Amino acid sequence: MGKKQKNIRLWFQAAWFAVTNGYAKGFLEGKIYKGQIKYVCVPGLNCYSCPGALGSCPIGSLQAVLDSGKFRVSCYVFGFLMLFGALLGRFVCGWLCPFGLVQDLLHKIPLFRKKKNMPGHRVLKYLRYVILVLFVILLPMTVVGITGMGDPWFCKYICPSGTLLGGLPLLASNPTLRSAVGFLFSWKMFVLLLILFVSIKYYRPFCKYVCPLGAIYGVFNPIALYRFSVDEAKCIHCGKCKSVCGMDIPVWEKPNSFDCIRCGDCKAACPTGAIQSTLDQLRVKPYGGIEQPDIEK
Amino acid sequence: MKTSKFSLVLVALAVVMIAVGTLTGEAQLVLSKAINICMECIGIG
Repeated sequence: MGKKQKNIRLWFQAAWFAVTNGYAKGFLEGKIYKGQIKYVCVPGLNCYSCPGALGSCPIGSLQAVLDSGKFRVSCYVFGFLMLFGALLGRFVCGWLCPFGLVQDLLHKIPLFRKKKNMPGHRVLKYLRYVILVLFVILLPMTVVGITGMGDPWFCKYICPSGTLLGGLPLLASNPTLRSAVGFLFSWKMFVLLLILFVSIKYYRPFCKYVCPLGAIYGVFNPIALYRFSVDEAKCIHCGKCKSVCGMDIPVWEKPNSFDCIRCGDCKAACPTGAIQSTLDQLRVKPYGGIEQPDIEK
Repeated sequence: MKTSKFSLVLVALAVVMIAVGTLTGEAQLVLSKAINICMECIGIG
């Protein structure tokens, strides 16, 4: 059941990537899609400079609005983040993020002894909040040039998704861009390769320690429409849920942890079926869980 | 059940925020950024 669940998720991730990056012409010609769909933010960390991208990256868009000098707050992008967060929470990370898929595939490579967490995990897991506040919000808003515009600090100095999905395919097919490569690209390649290499041994290090988008969606996990719950009457506290969880969450204690990416491995592994999602509850309860009025005979 | 109602309120608020952002010109700014190659994002500029 667990392996079947993982395979379903991998195929779903791949299909979502194909749908949201379906502009094949872009890959062939070294150009990007310029249509109206790019008004819309996609839920995952999907660079809008990926040649195939049909939508906009929410983190890139947030920085673009904040560093423009025209807006102090972004209603538009925070609206999309709240929409995806309130509906799905970090289900987005587990099922709808292309860079999550890349890390999942790398972790399958049979090299090294696999580990869930990096050394210093207890401190490192807060790094993503620092990156969100500093690199996505404060620095783009406050460090501005004479034009009053700032830089997208996270995209420029950190984002490995932009380098992998945007930079490499564009440079491969566009000689003009290739001639402009300099130190910044070398730095971004170093960050990308480091994260890709570490992902082979550790499970999703970028999601755990770096991703500002995961930091935002995590806050929504306890209040999103798609949530997990544990039936105390069924739970035998065997710990199987934690042992299969790549994010190392004691699910029986924290079913809606900020770290949970809703992969569903814990649900599949639970021997008593104590872990349920809100969707499972709708399926189990008659009338969609809504109490029906008593009908007098 | 209360949590689900709260999340539905957040969904409604999110839709309003997206509409406000569209009216104030944020959506246009996002589009203009997204349809041009972002040199910073790909590590060039």
